[in-house]
Amino acid sequence: MERPLVVKFKRPDSIRDYPCGAFRVGTLVQENSGWRVFRPVIDTGKCIKCLRCFLVCPDGVIDKSGEDLEIDYRFCKGCGVCAYECKVGAIVMMREGDDGNAR
Amino acid sequence: MPGRKVFISGDEAVAEAVRLARPNVISAYPITPQTVTVERISEFVEDGSLKAEYLHVESEHSAMSAALGAAAVGARTFTATSSQGLLYMAETLPYVSGARFPIVMMNANRTLATPWALLSDHRDSLSQLDSGWIQVYCENAQEAMDMIIQAYRIAEDPRVMTPFMVNLDGFILTHTYEMVDLPAQENVDRFLPPYRTANRMDLDDPKTVCYAALDDYMEFHLKQELDMRKVPGVIEEVELEFKGIFGRSYGGLVEKYCCEDAEAVLMTLGSVTGTARAVVDAMRMEGKMVGLAKIRFMRPFPAAEIAGIAGNTKAMGILDRDLSVGYEGIVFTNARSAVCEIESPPRMINFIGGLGGRNISKEDMRQIFDQLMQAARGEQGERVRFVNARCE
Repeated sequence: MERPLVVKFKRPDSIRDYPCGAFRVGTLVQENSGWRVFRPVIDTGKCIKCLRCFLVCPDGVIDKSGEDLEIDYRFCKGCGVCAYECKVGAIVMMREGDDGNAR
Repeated sequence: MPGRKVFISGDEAVAEAVRLARPNVISAYPITPQTVTVERISEFVEDGSLKAEYLHVESEHSAMSAALGAAAVGARTFTATSSQGLLYMAETLPYVSGARFPIVMMNANRTLATPWALLSDHRDSLSQLDSGWIQVYCENAQEAMDMIIQAYRIAEDPRVMTPFMVNLDGFILTHTYEMVDLPAQENVDRFLPPYRTANRMDLDDPKTVCYAALDDYMEFHLKQELDMRKVPGVIEEVELEFKGIFGRSYGGLVEKYCCEDAEAVLMTLGSVTGTARAVVDAMRMEGKMVGLAKIRFMRPFPAAEIAGIAGNTKAMGILDRDLSVGYEGIVFTNARSAVCEIESPPRMINFIGGLGGRNISKEDMRQIFDQLMQAARGEQGERVRFVNARCE
């Protein structure tokens, strides 16, 4: 999976060092998987790789670089849009902990 | 290369200035009395004389949001609005200023409903003083044209990177035809080079724009304030260069007229300055020591300039074409805050007039100056006075 770097924010020493507009610290400064109540789980057997979930995911956490689609759970907030939009029922939402997997 | 004399309205002067400034993207929604401006620009794009993308959006909120998106990829952008339209777009204004996108916007000053009305006063733009935008108020169509061109230079200056609102009184300026000197394109190109910035989305150099900042919000906002404090110096530089090329200048943050030896000074915003100027001329002929100061910029606010004028006169009037219901005129509140710093402040009177576009005549103006001269002689009276209005 191609995973984005988490770049820790270093507080500038002086107000002069704050950016004027665009900020090059890195787009991700923290993981937010803890926001999730439900997690989407892809059934790769059912998945036809139409990439609908890839397109609609508001956080861009669905990775298509490998053989099968994968979800980067570090950044998935569990909104369920992917499961709602999947036309072949290949994504189900499971309550965190119910599937026996730790977060 | 000299300019060309043309007989056009204020709205058309803004449109011509926008064409000369060569923006990449225009996104706008029509509203009276700004409509002519966006119609003309639309025609310029259609006939190819302005090579730009014109986004015909469905609202003012979308107009500024689309302009923000365009600015976020480094485009020079323009939009225009008025009155309710400005308030509808209000949510997006601090978004733009905080993200440091130098969008230039024309606002045709028009009163706010209710009662619904079409004519000019300043409540629309003054309600947005705290949005982080630079605000200038123009006296005539020529100044409006020149300020659109200067606005891009000032806003896009790397020391500034702050959006710029050019205000002109609805109908009084937008729909009145005047002789305007239309600068030659090659001179404008020399004055205003293409916009280049690092503050943009770039696939080869990914960055965050319009970011979230939780603990650091205050520093980001303070940086905006520190940079806004540099704007007066940049305005001065840009005006000097503009004068060198085009031969016109407007006096920086505040234009002083007969202030040096004046016993009473009136401060105005926008087109009513022309009337005040004529009345000052007439009263000076009669030996009356009156003066005039045109506040051009409301943000950054010219506190030092106003305090300087106040320290040199006995009575100072602020003519507000607005009223913050429950207190006083908005310009007055700002000006008095600047004046209270000086050792012996003059008597200050707030004149409120022209709301909903009611005319402020020469006779009204003369009465204002008479009241100021009485105050200069020590007469007491109301702090807030309404011009040509039935209060009983």
